[in-house]
Amino acid sequence: MGTLVFVLVFNFFLFRVVNDDPTATMFRGRNLTRDQIDTLRRQFQLDGSKWQQFTSYIHETLRGNLGVSLQSRRSVATEIGEAIGPTLMLVGTATVAAMVVGILIGIRAGWKRRSAFDVGSTSVSMVTYAVPDFWLGMLLLGVFGVKFGLFPTGGIEDAGSEATGISRLLDELHHMALPALTLTLAYMGEYAIVMRSSMIDTLGEDYLQLARAKGLRDAAVRRFHAVPNALLPVVSLSAINFGFVLSGAIAVESIFSWPGLGQATLEAIRGPDFPMLQGLFLLFSAALILANLMVDLLYAVLDPRVRGR
Amino acid sequence: MAGLLVLVGFAVMAVIAPALADRAELMAVNSVDNPTWASPSGRFLLGTDNLGRSVAAQFVWGARVSLFVGLMATLLTITIGSVVGIVAGFFGRWADAVLMRLTDWFLVIPFLPTAIVLAAVLGRSVWNIILVIGITSWPSTARLVRAQVLTVKQRLYVDRARALGARRSHIIRRHILPNVAPLILATTTLAVPISILTETTLAFLGLGDPTRASWGKTLEEAYRQGAISRSAWWYYLPAGIGIVTVVLAFTMVGRALEEILDPRLRDR
Repeated sequence: MGTLVFVLVFNFFLFRVVNDDPTATMFRGRNLTRDQIDTLRRQFQLDGSKWQQFTSYIHETLRGNLGVSLQSRRSVATEIGEAIGPTLMLVGTATVAAMVVGILIGIRAGWKRRSAFDVGSTSVSMVTYAVPDFWLGMLLLGVFGVKFGLFPTGGIEDAGSEATGISRLLDELHHMALPALTLTLAYMGEYAIVMRSSMIDTLGEDYLQLARAKGLRDAAVRRFHAVPNALLPVVSLSAINFGFVLSGAIAVESIFSWPGLGQATLEAIRGPDFPMLQGLFLLFSAALILANLMVDLLYAVLDPRVRGR
Repeated sequence: MAGLLVLVGFAVMAVIAPALADRAELMAVNSVDNPTWASPSGRFLLGTDNLGRSVAAQFVWGARVSLFVGLMATLLTITIGSVVGIVAGFFGRWADAVLMRLTDWFLVIPFLPTAIVLAAVLGRSVWNIILVIGITSWPSTARLVRAQVLTVKQRLYVDRARALGARRSHIIRRHILPNVAPLILATTTLAVPISILTETTLAFLGLGDPTRASWGKTLEEAYRQGAISRSAWWYYLPAGIGIVTVVLAFTMVGRALEEILDPRLRDR
């Protein structure tokens, strides 16, 4: 709760105190009369003292009014509402895929440490961790989109497409393939590395020895004793990453002209469209706070040791 | 070790950039006679861009900006983080409560969007980018340093110094700092890659300094000028490879340092 208040105050501070007159930046280089400037300032509620501005900002935000976008002249809430679907679809898919593949790789690498698979997969994970995601997107786009022409190079559907139902879904999936692959590769390494090191920690535990002493087969020890315990740190990593689902793909979305929140952020920067940026920022922060809350709750359910505290 | 060699190589390249490529080559007015979109050749080792400027020259000068911003931003991050961590850990009580609450708040603020918004609000310059990265990435360092200070504070020699009447500034300087320094060093090497990647992303989103092209800026221009649809790989490959190599090298050095500090990690 305190955190949410902090975010609100920080958000206000960022936009109104650091840069106390956004209208000056927005309309720099344009000849405006004093009157026009005053109208604009009133429109964006920049008149009145800082304190008045602050209380009215809090008041409006709590009522769900995020202001009006400077570029489209539509309400920020509507704009965000339209962009949120594509982002959830793209980044959500990629996050889940990265999690599944990364965890599987991590389990195998950690179980047979120093094997060829471990050395190879760990090196790959390190590299994907070091690659800027948008550059990876550019490479994939260059190879699969342009050179081989296998995938469309941008957007969410073919231009002017009127397709509905299944064919529309297929078209969207076809457009989603490259950006989703990019994000999956970019996120995967982290899961693989965390899962692997968590597996290695678990291997030293007494209960694994006990399981072996009972005469369980290797596969059973791994599946029923090692993996469930090693999954804990990965659970918290995943929950945190879900907090980044909305804000995590800003650069990649822009590469593939994916009409989501990232693209909206980029357009808002170009403006610059401060009410829009402010609204997006609030949303991104709220998502992250929610994810952190989920981690705490999940931990209490999954790890009985935490509950006692 | 390999990581260290790579880093030294890039650092040397960045420092002697003026000797490798004339800065004038980066300006479009001086490249009007050059072929545009030329693929790599003897004259232009990495080809030319849409304005006929040498990509190799951009690469060399971009290394300078990327490394400079990466290092300075890390310095700022580590300084803020260490000061907050040491003050909170050493003085405890309300200083600790207030600073750690602040740290927790900054931890839940989404890093990249904050950096983007700050950069958009502050304006485009190298120093603003450094400031933005510093402001957004100090909290994790603060937590690490605080934890280390808390353990060091319990040691007998600190009690002994206090019993002998040492002032707090003396204890911090002679006992706390030397013991936290190795941890700070390892954190620094691991923070540089994050700073460099953040700078790259910000520059790619068009928030970089327009007058000083970093690798991220090169990638942005390559993308905007349509290097991908022209299959002009020489334009967007080098800068990306440069980033990946430097980031990997810093990560390797950082992990090696961590292993020295904590030998238990060596089995990994």
